[in-house]
Amino acid sequence: MSQGIVTVAYIGATIMFILALGGLSQPETSRRGNFFGMFGMLMALVATIIGIVSDNYFILFSGVLIGGAIGLTLAQKVKMTQMPELVAILHSLVGLAAVLVGFANFMDHNNALIGVDKTIHDIETYLGILIGALTFSGSIIAFLKLSAKIGGKPVLLPARHWFNLALLVGAIWLGAKFVSQSALGGGTLPLVLMTIIALVFGVHMVMAIGGADMPVVVSMLNSYSGWAAAATGFMLNNDLLIVVGALVGSSGAILSYIMCRAMNRKFIAVIAGGFGTSGGSTVAGPEGDAGDIIAIESAEAAELLLDAKEVMIIPGYGMAVAQAQHIVHEITRKLRDKNINVRFGIHPVAGRMPGHMNVLLAEAKVPYDIVFELDEINDDFPNIDVSVVIGANDIVNPAAQEVPDSPIAGMPVLECWKGKTTIVLKRSMATGYAGVANPLFYKEKTRMLFGDAKESLDAVLKSLD
Amino acid sequence: MRIGVPKEIHEGEKRVATTPEVAGLLKKLGFEITIEAGAGAAAKFPDESYREFGVEIAKDVQTLYRDSDIILKIRPPESHSEMAIDEIELFREGQTLISFIQAGQNPDLLKNLAQKKISVLAMDSIPRISRAQKMDALSSMANIAGYRAIVEAAQHFGRFFTGQITAAGKIPPAKVLVIGAGVAGLSAIGAAKSMGAIVRAFDTRPEVKEQVESMNGEFLMLDFADEDGSGEGGYAKTMSAEFIKAEMDLFALQAKAVDIIITTALIPGRPAPELITEAMVETMKEGSVIVDLAAEMGGNCKLTEADKVVVKHGVTIIGYTDLPSRLATQSSQLYATNLCHLLTDLTPEKNGLIDINMEDEIIRGATVIKKGEITWPPPPPKLSAAPKQQPAAAIKKPKIDKKQSPLSLILTFVIGGIALVGLGSVAPPQFMSHFTVFVLSCFVGYMVVWNVKASLHTPLMSVTNAISSIIIIGALLQISSESSLIRFFAGIAILITSINIFGGFAVTHRMLAMFRK
Repeated sequence: MSQGIVTVAYIGATIMFILALGGLSQPETSRRGNFFGMFGMLMALVATIIGIVSDNYFILFSGVLIGGAIGLTLAQKVKMTQMPELVAILHSLVGLAAVLVGFANFMDHNNALIGVDKTIHDIETYLGILIGALTFSGSIIAFLKLSAKIGGKPVLLPARHWFNLALLVGAIWLGAKFVSQSALGGGTLPLVLMTIIALVFGVHMVMAIGGADMPVVVSMLNSYSGWAAAATGFMLNNDLLIVVGALVGSSGAILSYIMCRAMNRKFIAVIAGGFGTSGGSTVAGPEGDAGDIIAIESAEAAELLLDAKEVMIIPGYGMAVAQAQHIVHEITRKLRDKNINVRFGIHPVAGRMPGHMNVLLAEAKVPYDIVFELDEINDDFPNIDVSVVIGANDIVNPAAQEVPDSPIAGMPVLECWKGKTTIVLKRSMATGYAGVANPLFYKEKTRMLFGDAKESLDAVLKSLD
Repeated sequence: MRIGVPKEIHEGEKRVATTPEVAGLLKKLGFEITIEAGAGAAAKFPDESYREFGVEIAKDVQTLYRDSDIILKIRPPESHSEMAIDEIELFREGQTLISFIQAGQNPDLLKNLAQKKISVLAMDSIPRISRAQKMDALSSMANIAGYRAIVEAAQHFGRFFTGQITAAGKIPPAKVLVIGAGVAGLSAIGAAKSMGAIVRAFDTRPEVKEQVESMNGEFLMLDFADEDGSGEGGYAKTMSAEFIKAEMDLFALQAKAVDIIITTALIPGRPAPELITEAMVETMKEGSVIVDLAAEMGGNCKLTEADKVVVKHGVTIIGYTDLPSRLATQSSQLYATNLCHLLTDLTPEKNGLIDINMEDEIIRGATVIKKGEITWPPPPPKLSAAPKQQPAAAIKKPKIDKKQSPLSLILTFVIGGIALVGLGSVAPPQFMSHFTVFVLSCFVGYMVVWNVKASLHTPLMSVTNAISSIIIIGALLQISSESSLIRFFAGIAILITSINIFGGFAVTHRMLAMFRK
């Protein structure tokens, strides 16, 4: 097959990938979009295998078959609550692949480049490996944190900013070394050293980030995996990789931006880490008489729900932890049968990755047309009779609006306290990830339903009959 | 400790201080409970229903008082000559009484109780702070009284409350004026409104305007900019002479227009202010109704007679003072719940032993006698029910991202431009063509991804993850190399990117299949 046909196939694949992302704009078209993506990938692979690969088919196909089998198994087995972990571990694979391809390319001395071309090519290789290694180790740590194999608390080294700076300077210095040595035919040592530095940097960066910032980290790593692919594309002079890398990279960057905006935080501040541990500045309730909480039982909660006309359910990470989404759906169905308008309000950073709650609710068969975003729903709260907050804390914290010096001041929050009643399901009175006390719990119109979310909701469901 | 609940002996009193359900809750706090036989009968709680919740029934009141450590009542203790019961005499040293006391009006009662060396918590002395709302029995009772006032008015009013257009002609809606928009007033507004009447309300405290309007009532304002009738503890205070004059003019005007007047104006510790004069009653329409909720304190209307319904100048004037008792089941239930909340605070250990902790603002406020010592009146509560205006400066709007100043925007563009020019001047053309593709794709990505719905962000991440595995092409280009090390690297890369491609697309498909209407 001629180079021309391969290129045409790549153009086709590019278009398919853009259509795939475009399809995701609506749930109706999203499935078609995914098929576009698969088809584009197939086109690119077939064209490359037929047109360019000339040997070692056995390794190739056994790699694809084994990898494919593992991938499909993972995809079938994973629980929807574990999606963030899966996504994180898959990101790490992209990073690792970028590192491997970069090293393989470096060791391949067939392409004889000289002068500026050689320098640029070396820089591309260097960057590709750097971003790849960073993505790899960062994603591994993110995976470990998300799957609770290591603690979610930020781990802060004493002089971490200086440490980061030292790593950066080291990486740049090694880069200069690498380029000059590579021109003479060497350069392996600086490249390996830099890889180690990048790995350490990835670990250090994600270790310093707290659990509530995980949505930002996951989307940031998503972005990095794209940039790694783009850098690899430059290295290989392959436009398809560049295009896809740029698409994925900008997609991840936008998601990170949306997540940061939803927490009213600067991207740099998130990456610098350490949220929720700011020493001593934990703000108590609003001035003095914080008041009492009013605890209720499940049966009472059920009565409140039955008396309501408009119900808003606000899920948070706690719902995922308790695996309560199916019960939530049962309750929703019962209430809707009784002509009670039940809707869901989703905060962008609810859960551990962008859109996490939507997927959980979709899994529980909650129709997506009653699931709304923060911006769509926030003005409706004055008309809501009962809001049910399930395992969420910071995203419904009125301190964000009422206490100007609160660590979460200015963060957009779901204003459930403007409704008539709010039922908060919680295991205890502990603060959320941001470590900020929540005045919502002390409001007159708030009722606390303590206990495991799943058990409480089970009891509510029983009382609904 | 054992809680005893006697039958109320006050004439006409139908309420009871605990209900079977609340008794069940009290048992959870570690108390044992005895109730006098038939105590709940008038409130429609037969002895049987108490027994179901494990309450013991005492045959007579003497046994009850002898065996109990805590007595829960509604009315203040009194002596009843016909039944030959003097409740004060029944107390023994060390007991605790929780009931309404009206310590301000009953100094003798307070002294007599103190002599018995008992502790007394008065439900009417619970401070009006937000933490104490759940035990505020005065509010609970006022709420019921307000509702019942409308029911009583409807009973004596000869017309519909709601307006209708019928085949037989048009029925105008009744007009109701509520004076005093406290708990009782608001409750009356709500009840009248839900029956379809046109409701107006007046209050000297301007801050209740919002509350009245939230009940869909119309708030009558007096044009007095400076004067605010909010007194301590959320109650009203006495107003200046000019204000009262303007107020009376307003009432005189309204009296001619409305069909029903509900008055709830009370100032703590004073006789009720006279707001409706005989002249105003004369101008009211025949068949109008006045319900005077202040009758016990002398009445807001000149012609009110306590505990009676009288008709003067064609206007029915209702002066019942036992409105909560007329809804005995409801008011018993609310009162019992209030008591239960207070007892919860009194037994922090939930071990059935009460601790009268004078450090606690609520308990301090409620306690009028501690172990025979009179502790009334309590220090004034610290907070008004409606918080004072917060200093405006404190509510600074948190800084929301300011728009970038044009200067920094221009600077960004200039620096970016210079960097690009610098790159273009040294980079070979092949690189620049790739760079063009890269920049354009970033923009395409930007446009496409902003259109993605937030609910699909997780599938977006998994699908971008799958397609970023296009990096497999890099490995495919190298797999045919002769170097075994490169082949090895490429082979591993193919393996792991395949995991990603298949896993990513498959899991995206799985997720998207779940999204349904």
